[in-house]
Amino acid sequence: MEFRITGEKIDPGALLGALGDTRAGACVTFEGRVRRQNEGRGVLSLDYEAFAPLAEKEGMRILEEARLKFGILDAVCVHRTGSLQLGDMAVWIAVTAEHRGAAFEACRYAIDETKARVPIWKKEYYADGSTEWINCATRGPGASGPAPAV
Amino acid sequence: MKKSVCVSYYAVLREQRGLGTEVVPTDSATAAELYEELRVRHGFTLPALRVRVAVNDDFQPWEVAVRDGDRIAFLPPVAGG
Repeated sequence: MEFRITGEKIDPGALLGALGDTRAGACVTFEGRVRRQNEGRGVLSLDYEAFAPLAEKEGMRILEEARLKFGILDAVCVHRTGSLQLGDMAVWIAVTAEHRGAAFEACRYAIDETKARVPIWKKEYYADGSTEWINCATRGPGASGPAPAV
Repeated sequence: MKKSVCVSYYAVLREQRGLGTEVVPTDSATAAELYEELRVRHGFTLPALRVRVAVNDDFQPWEVAVRDGDRIAFLPPVAGG
């Protein structure tokens, strides 16, 4: 299993090579991309920032939890940092398991927990020239706590 | 004599501080006291209840003791994915 923070473009083809276990009857992948709108505002680009040593440590804990909960064979997650443009891949996860149910559930668990727990931050740049660190507002609807997981 | 700790800031805290890492001399006994000291000094908008603390690259509770030479990171609400 591997959880990695990278400043380089994510290459799923290269990463899939490590998931060739022939016991696996299922491989589920998830790709998170930069989208051009967020809560009704036009997004131009994003910056991702991470506390890499702790992000990788917490990420490995999540993958290990997924292994224990769902009995998967292997899992890999790679998350980008730096400046990303619309359509760029921000995060990529792959999970292998004997059967598809465990692979789907574990993949969902891995992305949900990553969004909630791993020290990674996202700054959005909007079409109107403004910027915002997501979940860090101290006024307005996002001020009472982290936004609900989506 | 004051303790000396290495403090790192991320995301909105880094921008509000104007730098990512600094050495801070402090008398604060706990991470909570240290955050409060720095929040007042630098005008951080996030209250401690919305921030997490890591000491030497691991999450810790706010009441963790601050020791000379610690690497302390203040982590705003996360938003990966």
